[in-house]
Amino acid sequence: MKSSKRLQLIVPIIAVLLGFVLGAIVITITGKSPGGMFLAMGRTLTGIDFTGRTGINLRYVGEFILQALPITLTGLAVAFAFRTGLFNIGAEGQLMVGSLAAVAVALMVKAPPVIHPIIGILAAMAAGALWASIPGLLKARFNVHEVVVSIMMNYTALHFVNWSLLQFGSVDRVKTPEFPPSATLKSEFLANLTNGSRLNWGIIPVILAVIIFWFVVEKTTFGYRLRAVGFNKDAARYAGMKVEQNIVLSMMISGAFAGLAGAVITLGTFNFGRVLPSFEGYGMDGIAVALVGGNHALGVFLSGLLFGMLKAAQPLMQSQGIPREIASIIQASIVLFVAMKLGIEAALEFFTRKNGNSRIVSRKMGGKK
Amino acid sequence: MAYIIEMLHIVKTFPGIRANDDVTLQVEEGSIHALLGENGAGKSTLMSILFGLYQPDSGVIKVRGKEVKITDPNAANELGIGMVHQHFKLVHNFTVAENIVLGLEPKKGPLIDIASAEKRVAEISKRYGLEVDPKAKIEDITVGMQQRVEILKMLYRNADILIFDEPTAVLTPQEINELMEIMRRLTAEGKTVLLITHKLKEIKAVADVCTVLRRGRLVGTVPVKDATEAQLAEMMVGRAVSFSVNKKPAIPGEVLLEVQDLKVKNSKGLLGVKGVSLKVRRGEILGLCGIDGNGQTELVYALTGLAPVEGGKILLNGKDITHLPVKERLEAGLGHIPEDRHRHGLVLDFRLDENLVVHNFQKRPFSKLGVLDYNSIRANAERLIKEFDVRSGEGPATPSRSLSGGNQQKAIVAREIDRSPEVLIVAQPTRGLDVGAIEYIHQRIVEERDKGKAILLVSLELDEILDLSDRIAVIFNGEIVAEVDAAKTNENELGLYMAGSMRKAV
Repeated sequence: MKSSKRLQLIVPIIAVLLGFVLGAIVITITGKSPGGMFLAMGRTLTGIDFTGRTGINLRYVGEFILQALPITLTGLAVAFAFRTGLFNIGAEGQLMVGSLAAVAVALMVKAPPVIHPIIGILAAMAAGALWASIPGLLKARFNVHEVVVSIMMNYTALHFVNWSLLQFGSVDRVKTPEFPPSATLKSEFLANLTNGSRLNWGIIPVILAVIIFWFVVEKTTFGYRLRAVGFNKDAARYAGMKVEQNIVLSMMISGAFAGLAGAVITLGTFNFGRVLPSFEGYGMDGIAVALVGGNHALGVFLSGLLFGMLKAAQPLMQSQGIPREIASIIQASIVLFVAMKLGIEAALEFFTRKNGNSRIVSRKMGGKK
Repeated sequence: MAYIIEMLHIVKTFPGIRANDDVTLQVEEGSIHALLGENGAGKSTLMSILFGLYQPDSGVIKVRGKEVKITDPNAANELGIGMVHQHFKLVHNFTVAENIVLGLEPKKGPLIDIASAEKRVAEISKRYGLEVDPKAKIEDITVGMQQRVEILKMLYRNADILIFDEPTAVLTPQEINELMEIMRRLTAEGKTVLLITHKLKEIKAVADVCTVLRRGRLVGTVPVKDATEAQLAEMMVGRAVSFSVNKKPAIPGEVLLEVQDLKVKNSKGLLGVKGVSLKVRRGEILGLCGIDGNGQTELVYALTGLAPVEGGKILLNGKDITHLPVKERLEAGLGHIPEDRHRHGLVLDFRLDENLVVHNFQKRPFSKLGVLDYNSIRANAERLIKEFDVRSGEGPATPSRSLSGGNQQKAIVAREIDRSPEVLIVAQPTRGLDVGAIEYIHQRIVEERDKGKAILLVSLELDEILDLSDRIAVIFNGEIVAEVDAAKTNENELGLYMAGSMRKAV
């Protein structure tokens, strides 16, 4: 158990390292030096210019954390559903209806500062939960696969949200009127701290979400039920749990995390609702974040930061003459290497132990019974 | 006679356990050699070493007198060693012949020559008395037939040494007899059979020599004809084992479970239970016996709330529970030891302590205001582990998946009996378990009866039914065809009822 926990940590770390190595190889093949990539990433993470030409600029750090916020939340959304044995591929759509709700609260509700964004956040979570309850109900009631339903609902969300946003009145048909100052999560304090980055109070609900995720899944009776249903529906039913009800609830909570991501983007990063030509990929990023994070709260938090860094480093990489797509290549190859978990474990066995006393073998033995 | 296989002083350790500790096994050519031991005694490990799945830490393996190193199953195949695994490795939508030749297909140019494969399979099956239709698809044939396909697979690869890993666990009594016949035929043709089992009857029936392991160590090797079942059992468990259950006559009280004209659909949507009526009284064990697939599973599911009821009534202590959800039935005093411990009994990915509170995690002291109290959950597990002798590597934190089958079952029995339900439905409580564990579980069931609980025992093992029950009901084709006093019946009478060739007004 102890050693398998250690493996749970080591495998993603190795996958991440291999992803960077592969990225470096690709850069070398294109005739550039991979050093530029690491400089860009170092600067994104710490704000320090390792070339020594300029000093520390914390704006990079602020932007990096900003990028990490929504994908950490969609990562939590995917991970939560996954712990109940559900694959919520619809975080994208749930995020969009969440931001629509946040826009509605910002523009239509009058409330004092602090209270106003909190109402917006709660409305966004409720909207995300409601949107996710549809695939949940269809799954629980008619055993319709949640993947199919939630993919279709992503498109529904895109067009429904775009149409709805235009009803608030728009001059250019790409954004709504600006929010009143009371409604946003903007923070002068955080912006000043990070040299004028867009970092905002959205960081607080994200940190709370990570903690709540951990507490609910690992420590509560509700989480126990969800995990039991996720691991073995028949045993859960045998023990008297209401499997269908848990499926719907799990999807709704998953959707609430995604809806919160919508609020954090809309009320924090921007201060107007945006009409989008296509998906922004937060849902897909969430799947990658959840996978690399092993569907655990802390893991999702860390992998959210990693993927946020990769996103934030792209402009800097470009300024170093390195194509920004390299970051996507690294992101994709990390996911691939994590998916190759068993292979990495086997390779670890091979290098750490010579006489074949391997854990894989002992797991086989245990698993047979 | 020369030894065809010698495994000398084999040592194999896994993290935390010594699976084989200086074990020596010598097998004579042309014999049926049984390897006996409790679950977790190291039988499977030893055979996996011989089949090249694991490497020993130390020790020597000789095949036909020559020292060899078996690095993987392919190397074992080249030495003429084949293995029939407990869980078959067959492609379900392939035919018998296609499965047998898989990997060694006869070819005509670039194409598979399936006709000659079928011919060759038919030849081999005739030679060893393994009748099976080469053109049948695996999904259409019985488990017994699938096992024959596995045997044919080895013979097709010219294996001389055949390892059978718990081959009878999945078979009906008739199929077991046929398998024994096949083993005898194989040795008559010069093959050597290594039989891993913990069933003493089978060893007495078919084996020539028996090697006994206990907790990874060699206890001894004895000729089977010189040893009694009791002696073998004692060697295996390390103490005298009582085969018959020690129990006083029942003192039945009022009816606690009453089933009236119950009708339940099976997975095919047809009536699997066609109007069953039963009464189980306080302080008695009602045994329900029958051949597998005659409605037992559907009946148990309906009683415990896992399947909907089409018609009839279930009364628990006078309360109508026919349409109540599982949870409310449990609250009303029902307990259920399920027949499939992996499907229903345990969440295999949970730790042992988590599994021991699946019914009670919402109650104090295991949780307060919706927050789990892992200290109480652990303490509960420690108590049950001790009381029910559940052997686990890491105590309460052991992943349930890594427990041996017997200990998984003990954990389930511990959990259900600890709840102390008024009515306990016990399905196949000892399937796949060794005598030590069986004895223990039987004892606990009888204790529950003596405490005044009503027990419905559903089992495919006639011995178990006869040993434990006070009354016996026989189910055939979804109906109760007889109800008899356990003291006044025998295997033959029950067998006739079970086969549907006799009926007794209930």
